[in-house]
Order: sequence, then C-alpha cells, then structure tokens
Amino acid sequence: MSQPRKVTAAIVGPGNIGTDLLYKLRRSDRIDVAYMVGVVESEGLTRARDLGVEASSEGVDWLLRQDVLPELVFEATSATAHRSHAPRFEAAGIQAIDLTPAHIGPMVCPPVNLNENRLAANVSMITCGGQATIPMVAAVSSVTAVPYAEIVASVSSRSAGPGTRANIDEFTQTTSQAVEVVGGAKRGKAIIILNPVEPPMIMRDTVFCAISPDADRDAISESIHRMVGAVQEYVPGYALRADPQFDDPRGQWDGFSRVAVFLEVKGAGDFLPPYAGNLDIMTAAAARVGELMAQHLQEVPA
Amino acid sequence: MTRPDITFDVRITDTTLRDGSHAMSHQFTEQQVRHTVRALDAAGIQIVEVAHGDGLGGSSFNYGFSLTDEFDLIAAARDEASSAKIAVLLVPGIGTVDDLKRAHDAGAEVVRIATHCTEADVSVQHFKAARDLGMETAGFLMMAHRTSPESLAEQARIMVDAGCQCPYVTDSAGALLLNQAQARFEALIDEVGDEAWVGYHGHQNLSLGVANSVLAYEAGVKQIDGSLCALGAGAGNSPTEVLGAVFDRYGIKTGLDVPALMAAAEEVVRPYLRRWPKMDRNAIVQGWAGVYSSFLLHAEAASDRYDVPAHAILQRCGELGLVGGQEDMIIDIAIQMSQKARSDT
Repeated sequence: MSQPRKVTAAIVGPGNIGTDLLYKLRRSDRIDVAYMVGVVESEGLTRARDLGVEASSEGVDWLLRQDVLPELVFEATSATAHRSHAPRFEAAGIQAIDLTPAHIGPMVCPPVNLNENRLAANVSMITCGGQATIPMVAAVSSVTAVPYAEIVASVSSRSAGPGTRANIDEFTQTTSQAVEVVGGAKRGKAIIILNPVEPPMIMRDTVFCAISPDADRDAISESIHRMVGAVQEYVPGYALRADPQFDDPRGQWDGFSRVAVFLEVKGAGDFLPPYAGNLDIMTAAAARVGELMAQHLQEVPA
Repeated sequence: MTRPDITFDVRITDTTLRDGSHAMSHQFTEQQVRHTVRALDAAGIQIVEVAHGDGLGGSSFNYGFSLTDEFDLIAAARDEASSAKIAVLLVPGIGTVDDLKRAHDAGAEVVRIATHCTEADVSVQHFKAARDLGMETAGFLMMAHRTSPESLAEQARIMVDAGCQCPYVTDSAGALLLNQAQARFEALIDEVGDEAWVGYHGHQNLSLGVANSVLAYEAGVKQIDGSLCALGAGAGNSPTEVLGAVFDRYGIKTGLDVPALMAAAEEVVRPYLRRWPKMDRNAIVQGWAGVYSSFLLHAEAASDRYDVPAHAILQRCGELGLVGGQEDMIIDIAIQMSQKARSDT
C-alpha cells in the first residue's frame, strides 16, 4: 500500500508559539505545514522560509487566496484576531485548532475528549494551565465524583507573553470553566502565578480535588498514574513530583477529603526553552489534535 | 488622573480585616468584622480593608476557605462604617474583574491591586476596570525586597499609567532593612510623586515595620498600612495603635484618636485573636530569608502533616525564590524534605 497523502496545514501567527508548533509538526508523518502567516514581516516568517515553508506577512487574506487551501489551520495569534478569522476558515471548509483564548469551538484536552471532537470545525485548546491540569481532574472524576476542583499553575515570568499578561482574567475564567466542562468537576477554580526567579522555574501545576471521604484512594491513584502516562505520550517532560496526596476531611472542606496532585511540566525544548513547559504543552497538545484530525482527513478522499 | 485628597500629614489604612485574615485562617465572623469596623471608624481610621487574606476570590484549598463569604463581610463593614471607606484587595491571577464588580456592589469604594514586584503589567486591565467603576485605587508591588529601587519605580510607573493612584512599597516578607526601604520610597516618589501618592505596607518579621513607616513619612510617603494587634501574616503588620502613638509623639498628624485605637486593639481585637502574631523563629526566618509572610500557617500545617520543621520549609521557600500565591509549593517542599529524611535514615 502506498504512503497515505499528507494533509496540508497552515500556521497563523509566527511568534514563539507558532514557531515551536512548526518545529513539532515538521516531525509529523501526517501533516505538511505549507504556510506560515503573519501580519508584519518578522523573524518568525524568515525562520519558516528557511525551513522551506511558504510564508507571508499579508495575513489570512493571502492564505485564503492560495490555489491549494490548507485543510487544517493552527491559530496562535490573539483571541481578537481568531474571532475575526474563525468564520472565514469555517466558510472555506478549513478545520481550525485555536491556541488563543478565544474559545469559539469545543474545548479539547487530547487524552480526555479529543475523539469526540475530531470532526469539529473549530476546537479550542483552552489554556496552558488547562492542558497541564485538566487530565488530572478528569483522571479523578472518572473514578469518583468531584464536587470541586482547583488548579494552581506557576509559570516563569519569561514564558508569559504580553497577551497573557494583558488578559489574565481570561486565563482564570477559561481554565476554571474547562475544569468543569472537560475535567468533570462540578465546580472549578483556577489560579495562575508568575514567578520571575532566575534561572527560570520550570512550569509547576498543582491540582486539588474534593472527594468523598470513602472514595477508593487506590483507584484514584492508579487512574492518575495512568493519565500521566497518556500525557507523556505527547509531552515527555510531564511528571508527578510525588504520589497523589490524600488528606482527611478538615473543618472548612464541607465534609470532603482532598486529593492533591503535584506536577512538573518540562518542555521538549524544540524552539522554546525547556522551562517554558506551559507553552510546550500547548503546542504539543495542538500538534496532537492536528495529528488525529489529519488521520481522519486521510481516510476521506481529498 | 487625579489622586485623592489626603487631609492629614499621612493617611493610615487599617488592614486588620484583610491581612489579619491570614492569622485568623480566614475564619472571621460577621460579628467580629462589625465590631472591628465600628471601633476603627470611631478612632478616625479613614480606610478599612476587608477581604480574604489573599484578596477577592482567595477562598480556596490553596489559601484556605473563608468561614464567611467575603462579600457578606464587605457589606457588613460598609454597613458599620459612618465615615471610613471600605477597601478590598485584588490579586490578578486569583481574583478577577467580576469579583471586583461584586465587591463594589457590596459597598467597597477603594481597591488595592497587588502583583509581584516585577509583574505590574498583569494589573492593567484591573486598574482600568476599577477606575471605570469610579473606585479609588492603590497598587501593591509585593515582595518589594526582590527587586532594585529603580526597577520597582519602573513597575510603579506601569501601575500609575494604568490608573493606580498610589503604588505601594509592599514589604510582604518583612525583609526590607531601613536603608533598603528608604531607597525604594525615594525611587518611587521620584518616578511618580508628581501625579500619585506613594504607600508603604510593612510586616514585623524583623521588627522594622514601624521604623520603616517613620522613614516612609520622612521620604514623603502619604499612605501607610497597619493592623490592630499587628493582626496579619507572618509576625503581623505594623500595629495600627503603635503607628498612631509614634506619629503622635513625632507631631505628625494622622487624624487618629490614639486612646481609641489602643482600646480597639485591646478590647475588640485581642479577645478574638486565634494567635497573636509574634516574632517567633518561623516568622523571623521569613524576614531573614525573604519569604512571603502568608506562608507561615501553611508551613506550620505542612510541618504537622509531613513531620519536617516549619522553619526549614520556610528557609527552602526563600532559597527557591517562591512568590506570593505559591502556597501549594509549601506542601511540595515538605513532601520532598520528608522523602529525603526517610531515604537518609
């Protein structure tokens, strides 16, 4: 049997995230990144051209004028830009993987709910903290009811770009919503901390879930370990700092016990430095989503 | 942008009901808040801060859940205050603009927006929202010992340009020595003093909160924080009643009634103290190693849970350069230390 055709893709947004994503997708057997698009000439466009990718500073207008349109587009710009681009991609029949906080399509976390969303016209990659923590919430909620889950993401100041900084509320709100909708907690809360320490700290995440005092702790631990393995398939530097920690009910916990999961997310160092695990898990998750969408596209005639 | 009028030589903001929330493990009752606000108001305090210790939205596993909904406490405080304004704290990344709107609806007229001392740009959207709501604003540059006076002044500039009427040198770790505090006051006043006030928030971990407050006044700082009975994180804040007495003896006008403040501390706050913040070993380590004061009770809890010394946990927090809000790392450190202790034996 002949090699299946590669699916043509474009990346919109040639910044650090878009470039790291390009590095990752170049290793893909299923995806051919043919286009890199920005709105001004930039180092990112030059870098893409050096790698043999057609790159333009004329934006999405240019992209949609091409003879061969992409079947997949990865957008790593801003929520505002993606809100204006998304309807145009959909009208052109291009599936969009949204790395901005625009949240137009369903929120996707690959090891949790990718399969059910692989045909969606637009999927939202939530937030970096969401990608790091929601698998753990889902691992717990698949075993026992989680009335409340809380995540704390600590990232190095250097890895928090101007977009994140200007709209930090979008992070907390989108992530807490995803902790509920994707993670399966009845109520979710998200906290993000920027730490400027030098050398830069590797991304750290903590997940707290309220659970019943008689929940099966062994089953929860096993589910967490299994889910860590599933995330490691696309983020090898995703690791538990310690076994899940179980605490008996305390006065202010409404009668619930608590499981706490301590994570470290070290990036692959493709284009971004390894400490920026928060950015790496975003691009790795987006690449993962792209792979599965491409696999489906390969199965239908072009 | 205008800054608020300050009637006296210096304006004292009392944070017993916000920073004190840490020392109370966030278990304030509505009755305690009502009595405290009434006493502060009667003693001439013009701004009373009320919120979870970690600011709006701080009620959580990570920081501790509030016994009473903070919006109920804010409304109760508003109800009791005849002339004082109610302030709230908002830490971007923990609280949001939605929380701020709810606090405003509950009666808060002042917001203090807090970031780590090098991360002021995360507060821009919140200052804008606060000014749109017509609220008076202040900006907390937390852990002010962690950056140079010059860079602290640049961060203050970002806040002022965003709508902050009073950036604060916020010594969250109680670590600033006299000359270090003074250099920061002067740098901020040089940078923003023509258009904004400058403030100082101290902790007593190295016993310098009151002395730094005097230096602050001399440098031109116009807003200074205190707490009754020092009720606050770590070894507590500069005690409001001591600030009142010291400024009075210097002849610096605060508009405060010193005997009434001492009565408020002794008769209203002291009876409900769960712990009187003091300079014990753990708190001194916080000032000495530059650790966020709110970590104290969390380190003590982790010490009990994992059987490692709290002062050693806090020392490690300083070595790792943890910042405010990273309370979860305290548990992580305790686990690592207890594992190491086990493998060493």
